[in-house]
Amino acid sequence: MLRYILRRLAIAAIAIFVLATVTFFLMHLVPGDPFAGPRVAPEIRAALRAYYGLDKPLLQQYLIYMLNLLRGDLGLSLASRGHEVTSIIATAFPVSLDLGVRAMIISIAFGLAFGIIAALNRGTTLDYLTVALVLIGISVPSFVLAGLMQYYLGVYFRILPVARYETFWHTIMPAFALSLGTMATIARYMRSSMLEIVNADYIKTAFAKGLRPHQVVLRHQVRNALFPVLTILGPAVASVLTGSFVVETVFAIPGLGRYFVTAMQNLDYTLVMGLTIFFGAFLIGMNFLVDVAYGLIDPRVRIS
Amino acid sequence: MVALDPSLFEPDRETGPGPLSHRPTLAFWSDVWRRFRQHIPAMASVVLLAAFALLAALVPLFTTKPWDQADLFATYQLPSLQHWFGTDALGRDIWLSVWFGARVSLSVGLTAALAQMVIGVLIGCFSGLYGGRVDMIIMRFVDIMIAIPFLIWVSLFILVLTPGMGSIIVALALTQWTDIARLTRGEVLKLKQTEFVIASSSLGASHWRLISRHFLPNILPIIIVAVTFQVTNAIFGEAFLSYIGLGIQPPLTSWGKLVSMGISEMRDNPYMLVFPSLAITLTMLALQLIGDGLRDATDPKLRR
Repeated sequence: MLRYILRRLAIAAIAIFVLATVTFFLMHLVPGDPFAGPRVAPEIRAALRAYYGLDKPLLQQYLIYMLNLLRGDLGLSLASRGHEVTSIIATAFPVSLDLGVRAMIISIAFGLAFGIIAALNRGTTLDYLTVALVLIGISVPSFVLAGLMQYYLGVYFRILPVARYETFWHTIMPAFALSLGTMATIARYMRSSMLEIVNADYIKTAFAKGLRPHQVVLRHQVRNALFPVLTILGPAVASVLTGSFVVETVFAIPGLGRYFVTAMQNLDYTLVMGLTIFFGAFLIGMNFLVDVAYGLIDPRVRIS
Repeated sequence: MVALDPSLFEPDRETGPGPLSHRPTLAFWSDVWRRFRQHIPAMASVVLLAAFALLAALVPLFTTKPWDQADLFATYQLPSLQHWFGTDALGRDIWLSVWFGARVSLSVGLTAALAQMVIGVLIGCFSGLYGGRVDMIIMRFVDIMIAIPFLIWVSLFILVLTPGMGSIIVALALTQWTDIARLTRGEVLKLKQTEFVIASSSLGASHWRLISRHFLPNILPIIIVAVTFQVTNAIFGEAFLSYIGLGIQPPLTSWGKLVSMGISEMRDNPYMLVFPSLAITLTMLALQLIGDGLRDATDPKLRR
């Protein structure tokens, strides 16, 4: 096991190195200048480019960046002058993480429950009701849902605070808006894969040897049905925990999600790199956990 | 002694096949179709989607004026007999805009999702089937693909191809196949250990035969659910790009664009948001229901 983990760590490091390299060169292929602007004089632009090292040949910039990366230095943000990329991530990420964990708890708990209920009552009114609820959850774009909730619950009926991220009450709407998509996805896959195994031999065996229905469902059916849900969960957890552009913009939450879009729009090279590497590390970590979990819930899939 | 003559060895054309073969054989797809027809919500959804596609194709053909023709004397008209869905800030007819937008949204969604399915299933099967080092390399490549910011890809494809629908479809198709690949790979890893696959491969079945005869029919239910999500994601993806200004450029429009326009007018003119969101929501709903119907119809284990 230890050898397996060490090997995965080495591979993760290589993957991040490749990710950083590919992103670096792809990003520099995008036309534009981070310092372009109507009021920026050419001399100032040249000075800025020199200050941030953008006047050097691309290969040299790459080497400098990678050497700094090895020391954990992600450089200075080009758009938020004077801020280090690491400090931007360090301030914004905890907010996104807090919101993301709340959203993930809602999505996993309700998603699994809805999926299991629907599958166990296949073809009945309860199934259709659950499916309908889930479908509406998937079918409404998050920016529409967030906007509607904000207007009706926040402005019109004044039940919940409109925006910002301060007390528990502030977290309800954004967490719900963020969780809905993942929740519906989990519920759909759970229903689908539960149905796939209702007639499996081991389920019949479990019933035949006299287990109670809830024991069969929990120990055999749910456990085996978790497979596709786990696969989806890896990237979903990574993207929910690192923040959502739409939800954070609508509710004015100072999280990391907004930077993923604004950094690219501003061609803030160092911030784009920093965020990509951060997200990539997060994602690879999550997918590693998923692979370990595969082996835990299903001994047939042997790790190695 | 019976005289032998060649006519005795002719096939019997008069009596026809024996009684055993009178029962119609059910090929996989005709069985799927038989079961799919019995799924009423799914059939209703097919009719609805067909109606949407027809309207998208026909309404722009039979209109005398282009959708983007401004009429500054008829701005913000509520829905009426003359303007079925009302008009927007420039007096453009929203009924027309919705069907012109449907052309873009539906073609982006369907084309991108189908391309993603083909790429994802092939890569997933390959990775799961070969396993070991090949699997590890492909999966880390997938991790890298997920982590490279989508906006970098879009900016680059817009640069290489012309801005517009084509580059959005290509960008979505070439980057968003990862979910399907990971799902397929997870299922194949599981299926590889099942008795019927081991039996088949020890009888000398080729990889291609394993994939087409054993893996595909068994993973199809899960893949169908995933593809309906991919269509949804592609339509939302286009909407998101339009929201940040990288999407469809005028004179074209799309549902995503109409919705983001509607959101900014939500407080005073809610009807502007209602119709485009309704179009997106109903399409998603129909796709999910069709997905459910196909899922249940293709599942070899739910066969009666």
